[in-house]
Amino acid sequence: MIPKIKKTDTRSSFFIALLSALLFLPFKGIKPAGIMFISIFILLSAISLLKKTKVIDVIKAIRIPKIERFRTFSVPAMLILFMTFPLILKDYYIDVLIMSGIYILLALGLNIIVGFTGLLNLGFAAFYAIGAYTYAIFNTKVGLGFWASLPISASFAAIAGLLLAIPALRLRGDYLAIVTLGFGEIVRLILNNWDSLTNGPNGITGIARPLFAGFSLAQLKYYYYLVFIIVIFSIVIIRRIELSRIGRAWIAIKENEIAASSMGINTTKYKLYAFTFGTFWAGIAGILFSAKMQFVSPESFTFMESILILSMIILGGIGNTYGAIIGAFILVILPEVLREVQLYRMLILGIGLVFLMIFRPQGILGGAKGVYFRG
Amino acid sequence: MLLQQLINGLTLGGVYAIIAIGYTMVYGILELINFAHGEIYMLGAYLGIIFLSFFTVIGLTAVSLPLAFILTIILTVIFCSAYGFTIEKVAYRPLRNAPRLSPLISAIGVSIFLQNYVMLTQGATDKVFPHRFGESGIQFMDVNITYLQVIIISVSGLLMFSLHLFIQKTRIGKAMRATAQDKTMAALVGINVDSIISVTFLIGAGLAAVAGVMVASYYGLVNYFIGYIAGIKAFTAAVLGGIGNIPGAMLGGIILGLMESIGAAYISSEYKDAYAFVMLIIILLIKPTGILGKATEEKV
Repeated sequence: MIPKIKKTDTRSSFFIALLSALLFLPFKGIKPAGIMFISIFILLSAISLLKKTKVIDVIKAIRIPKIERFRTFSVPAMLILFMTFPLILKDYYIDVLIMSGIYILLALGLNIIVGFTGLLNLGFAAFYAIGAYTYAIFNTKVGLGFWASLPISASFAAIAGLLLAIPALRLRGDYLAIVTLGFGEIVRLILNNWDSLTNGPNGITGIARPLFAGFSLAQLKYYYYLVFIIVIFSIVIIRRIELSRIGRAWIAIKENEIAASSMGINTTKYKLYAFTFGTFWAGIAGILFSAKMQFVSPESFTFMESILILSMIILGGIGNTYGAIIGAFILVILPEVLREVQLYRMLILGIGLVFLMIFRPQGILGGAKGVYFRG
Repeated sequence: MLLQQLINGLTLGGVYAIIAIGYTMVYGILELINFAHGEIYMLGAYLGIIFLSFFTVIGLTAVSLPLAFILTIILTVIFCSAYGFTIEKVAYRPLRNAPRLSPLISAIGVSIFLQNYVMLTQGATDKVFPHRFGESGIQFMDVNITYLQVIIISVSGLLMFSLHLFIQKTRIGKAMRATAQDKTMAALVGINVDSIISVTFLIGAGLAAVAGVMVASYYGLVNYFIGYIAGIKAFTAAVLGGIGNIPGAMLGGIILGLMESIGAAYISSEYKDAYAFVMLIIILLIKPTGILGKATEEKV
């Protein structure tokens, strides 16, 4: 039985649609505003119908079976599939896959901080930038190679994470989010203005691709395998740590900090671990990014980048390692698929975030409980 | 030189203060950092340009510029308040009882949407305010205070004063204070919490709209991303004064504006946007409750 829409629902949908259309009038003129009105009205009516039919509750409650259950089949199959991709795909697709790999690393790193430990970080792109610029500067000014720079980049990002975390961890919730956001902006402003070191807004060009046993990984195919190996390596490590004592402590802190500390968990110590370890992966993603692009500029590390990474882990299911991977994949590949509507992709991302929060706040893989998404 | 910077700082500070009020009011009631608030300010600047251009086309500015300007501000305030109202209804109200992160993400989503919407419809390049009000003004020793600065300072002062009266003296103001203290209790004594929240958004967005028009006329240029930086600065001002505290937001805004213009003049103008963030971090670390804020007990 399909329930009817109540009169009050129709009235409020009509009202909001009319209001939105009026608001778009000065920007777009009468005809688009009319289209706007009709589409918003239909959309809102559909939503109120969905509410009546409990579809939203069903969407919220859908449980995606855990990946562990299919491990024996799916993991080797996926590995083989991804190994063969560079042999069969065009360079363009390999390029997209490399970018997804880099974003997977970022999403995994942020997931440790936000997803496992429940510390909201809105300035994650800053650590990504620190990793990327460390390699760019060491490579162009000192002449250091990729492999020597890899630990340096990663540890610079981790140290920056630690340095931010030491004072910032006295704060909680929204305040911590704002401080990390401010930190991200400060890093970006420094990159933009310290001309002698970072070459300002023009960025640094001519960064070398990595060498492997005297063999350049300049071709995208080879670079793909490098990123692939690093991603697999990091997934394994992060899974191990997630399931270890440290990971359990992180989740305990997220679930209830006071209870965790009363059970003898040194919350400050474990939060510092989370920040340092999470930003470490951002450093690695940074060096992979600058070696791939052979060019870095402050443009790539804005607030929107941080939000994009956050959206990935929220879309996938916050606190879920596989969710972070899926989220990163979707949000890198989707804009490429929607090439024709490229202009509108940020618009869609904006609306998408609002709808995601209303319809399925726990993301695709869902089920994560915790401070933020406890129902 | 110093006096000139003080005047410039006061002008900026007044603007930050009236944007900060919107943040602090919403945070006081909903405990939500309304990321879309900076975008309302940006929309205000754009709408100001659109309406003033419209009045120029129909020839009203030739007849009476002040009238056209006042009409522009009134129309912009009406539109931006409606934006604030709609955003609350569409993006925040369904998440009223959701966990903390949900409305925050939703707010970021709205902010991204509005930014890109304006970019798509108005173009990514700078938009020029149709009237330059010139450098003429009051000469005082070697200080030049333009009339526009006088107008901005006095308008923001007036708005703050009337808002203070509104909050302290009227029935709705009292209801707002009660709601900010305890939503459930306010509902029990017969306050319509939903409509109070709507009023909060209306007022906050209206103030941001005035700020937007004033800044657009002051700098002469606007861009679709100005809302983000201004929003963060206004939020800093709100935190500086003690979030949830309206006089605190005013004080914080003025301090921030003064600090920024003095820092830009005496330290380095390249980093002028960074002062707000550094200030924010220092304040949060030393006194998270802000200058006028009261420490609240942690709820277990």
